[in-house]
Amino acid sequence: MTKPLLSVADLRVTFELTRAGDMPWTAPRLLHAVSGVSFDLFPGETLGIVGESGCGKSTLARALVQMVPATGRAVWTDGTDLLSLTRAQMLKYRADIQMVFQDPLASLNPRMTVGQIIAEPLRTHHRGLADAEVKARVKEMMDRVGLLPNQINRYPHEFSGGQCQRIGIARALIVRPKLLICDEPVSALDVSIQAQVINLLAELQRDLGLAMIFIAHDLSVVKHISDRVMVLYLGRTMEIAESGALYADPQHPYTQALLSAVPIPDPAAERAKRIIPLDGDLPSPMNPPSGCVFRTRCPRAEAVCAETVPVLSAGAHGVACHFPGPLIRTRRMAERA
Amino acid sequence: MAMLDIRNLSVRFDTPDGTVTAVNGVSLSLDRGETLGIVGESGSGKSQLAFAVMGLLAKNGRATGSVAFDGREILNAPPAVINPIRAQKIAMVFQDPMTSLNPYMRVSDQMAEVLVHHKGMSKAQALAECVRMLDAVKIPDAAGRVRLFPHEFSGGMRQRVMIAMSLLCRPELLIADEPTTALDVTVQAQIMTLLGDLRRDLGMATILITHDLGVVAGFCERVIVLYGGQIMEQSPTDPLFATPAHPYTRGLLGAIPRVDQEGEELSAIPGSPPNMTRPPKGCPFAPRCAHAGEDCLDHLDPLTEFAPGRFRACNRSLEELA
Amino acid sequence: MAIDASAMGRLAEGEVKGRSLWADARRRFFRNKAAVAGVVTLLLITLLALFGDALAQWSNEEIDFAVMGQAAQLGQPSIANGHYFGTDDLGRDLYSRTLQGTRISLMVGIVGSLIAVIVGTLYGAVSGYVGGRTDQIMMRIVDILLAVPFMFVVILLLVMFGRSLFMLFFGIGLMSWLNMARIVRGQTLSLKHKEYVEAAQATGVPTFTIILRHIVPNLVGIVAVYATLLVPEMILIESFISFLGLGVQEPLTSLGALISEGARTIYYGTTWQLLWPLAFFIATLFSFFFVGDGLRDALDPKDR
Repeated sequence: MTKPLLSVADLRVTFELTRAGDMPWTAPRLLHAVSGVSFDLFPGETLGIVGESGCGKSTLARALVQMVPATGRAVWTDGTDLLSLTRAQMLKYRADIQMVFQDPLASLNPRMTVGQIIAEPLRTHHRGLADAEVKARVKEMMDRVGLLPNQINRYPHEFSGGQCQRIGIARALIVRPKLLICDEPVSALDVSIQAQVINLLAELQRDLGLAMIFIAHDLSVVKHISDRVMVLYLGRTMEIAESGALYADPQHPYTQALLSAVPIPDPAAERAKRIIPLDGDLPSPMNPPSGCVFRTRCPRAEAVCAETVPVLSAGAHGVACHFPGPLIRTRRMAERA
Repeated sequence: MAMLDIRNLSVRFDTPDGTVTAVNGVSLSLDRGETLGIVGESGSGKSQLAFAVMGLLAKNGRATGSVAFDGREILNAPPAVINPIRAQKIAMVFQDPMTSLNPYMRVSDQMAEVLVHHKGMSKAQALAECVRMLDAVKIPDAAGRVRLFPHEFSGGMRQRVMIAMSLLCRPELLIADEPTTALDVTVQAQIMTLLGDLRRDLGMATILITHDLGVVAGFCERVIVLYGGQIMEQSPTDPLFATPAHPYTRGLLGAIPRVDQEGEELSAIPGSPPNMTRPPKGCPFAPRCAHAGEDCLDHLDPLTEFAPGRFRACNRSLEELA
Repeated sequence: MAIDASAMGRLAEGEVKGRSLWADARRRFFRNKAAVAGVVTLLLITLLALFGDALAQWSNEEIDFAVMGQAAQLGQPSIANGHYFGTDDLGRDLYSRTLQGTRISLMVGIVGSLIAVIVGTLYGAVSGYVGGRTDQIMMRIVDILLAVPFMFVVILLLVMFGRSLFMLFFGIGLMSWLNMARIVRGQTLSLKHKEYVEAAQATGVPTFTIILRHIVPNLVGIVAVYATLLVPEMILIESFISFLGLGVQEPLTSLGALISEGARTIYYGTTWQLLWPLAFFIATLFSFFFVGDGLRDALDPKDR
């Protein structure tokens, strides 16, 4: 087996919340955004991370590039733990890990030209580069992502949403990273444009041999682009598996519910499918349920779920559930029948 | 007679950068109890169409054409005509419930106000009705929660409150403008199921405006595909998905990744949506269409019926597209 | 990644010039009639204040002994004796005094505003961007300074260290940046979470570069508007101090001092002594307000 590019172990992000009017000595309330996520990412692989809003998927991405403080380990392929680095030490790795953001227009500084925007990582990491060289590389990259290089002096507001996202991708790729983290890169785009960007990302990944972490709430998009998929709920991994296995044979009741809720653009299939309803609301991450965090809404929950936290099972198809199994074999349903 | 009859509706906005044509000569009709989906991407004019029907256009917007509800003209009608209809016959649910709920008023007060004002109920009657309605939209412990403020509900619950509120006067038509776009999939599924149940129970007509073909597939009887402010295709739901008859509809269906199928490469539609400050003379989709010819830039054939109940606006014949 | 021939062809094509947000703002600004009128008026007043002395037949210190003591009878505006705006009570030429007063007032306004822009913007941007404890401390300092009765301090400074132009600038500069710093900090807090700032952080751009490259340029809109509106505020403050008799020292004068004098002598029937400086004063203030509003509309079209 090849060596992982990035090996994340027990990553935790906890925010301290202070309420307005709190005295300086009041203990802050803790919000556990990510609690103990582990995964390996191999070179050239795409790991999809799905989950609903508030599951900690964006926080996880930001923790990897030290934009939010985190504990645990994130070991880069050269053996360095990224989470233990100081700001100055981290700089070296920032060129290897680049990000693409959700809002295409908001992720570009409106006062800078496209050329300046794309060149920024290059100027940060290769300070000695001559202006002409920078410009040539920017134009080459613009061409690569399907932008007209002669638009180099234009401003972001002169481009459409899809083109702005291409600019964001060009900016991320100009320093030839090894890992690209895409945080909801297509959720702000229209369907027809979304497909363009997905195809572009897939093509670039193939050609450049990038590893990719692809975060989205849209399960169909994640399925389409990912080799492996991780399902998060309330900051914890519920299930992680090869994309094909996860979608064809989900083992965790949450994954099953999530998948059943995705609308299918096919009236016959849509009528035929049975939605597994989830009762109630997402529990507060300030005060997560004991044991398995999903138990309050789980159709299979038993007494043990409130007591012990289920461990993510080892192997290619990891499930964190006391009663994993395909949909039809759920215990309660069997009892009811 | 159709309940809602829209004839040649156009909506234009005066902006500092020129006139923006959001809706460009749209005609459609809706029968009692029918469910119509209006599908389009951003800038297709789908929301402005609904706002024009409701008389809710922004100040710089102008609507022309005709909108008849039960045979009565309501487009640009004086408040005396439109207000009673808007209050009791047509209701609207928006994408963001917080924009239509007053954050400083208790839900009970906001809901009761509608009933007291329009139905002449007493405060106590109104409150009882509100609780019944919140129960109907499956809010647990409705009687206890009715006294809460909007921000004390979660996103999905808030949308339920909004739906309950819009249904208080038992409208004959419900217009839902992207009601689940801001919600997570599991909550979306709950809300769409709820809307389906309510529609059946109350027998009201529904217009669902959305960008998501998946949502339309499960909910609507008939679908209108809008692009650049014009109707590209109109069809009963099943044949639209089975045999889409317009290049845009085909492109759209090909561009959606499917959770239930193995994916090959998505067939993306090249290019970007049209700039509606300079609406194209011919077919708005022509610059992105693989089948477009010179004539498409120049004119677009009117919407014609090519099979029972199915309409398309395209210069190319179906055989030419094959 | 090799560049193939077709790509080379495209790369060689002429570059299209972009239309920056500034160009957009400029276009919107010049469509605003009131703002353009304000700019023209300001330009005229500034030109007159700077070069109008060439037309004067008297300097601002000279006393016309022919008029002295009979200002009410002989001192009214007249082309014949060279006192275009008349004379003041002492027989000094009001035309050159008004011009000189306008110069001082404009200078006070612009210097106060400049200090606010430079100090306030950097202070606010750093405080807002760095955040946390630094932000707390920096903003509490501003709060403390704001809590000090400013007019009292300026008056005290002028009394203790003597009335001088420097002390006046110093006093006004001391407080003008406080509100600017708060406004800029608030704006920075919202800019800080924009994705383009996150993008720069993620790629490792140094903090100070982020502030200068990503935060400050996007603050310029609000800063320009506020600075323009600050100029008349500073002029008003100077006028008030001069009105109290603590402002610039004779023989120098300012619009505020002239208005104060004019108001005092109005009983003698010398209305021109009030009206001329007042007209300049009002024209300047209104122009600045119009320009400020025009800038706001031009730079921030969504907020209209």
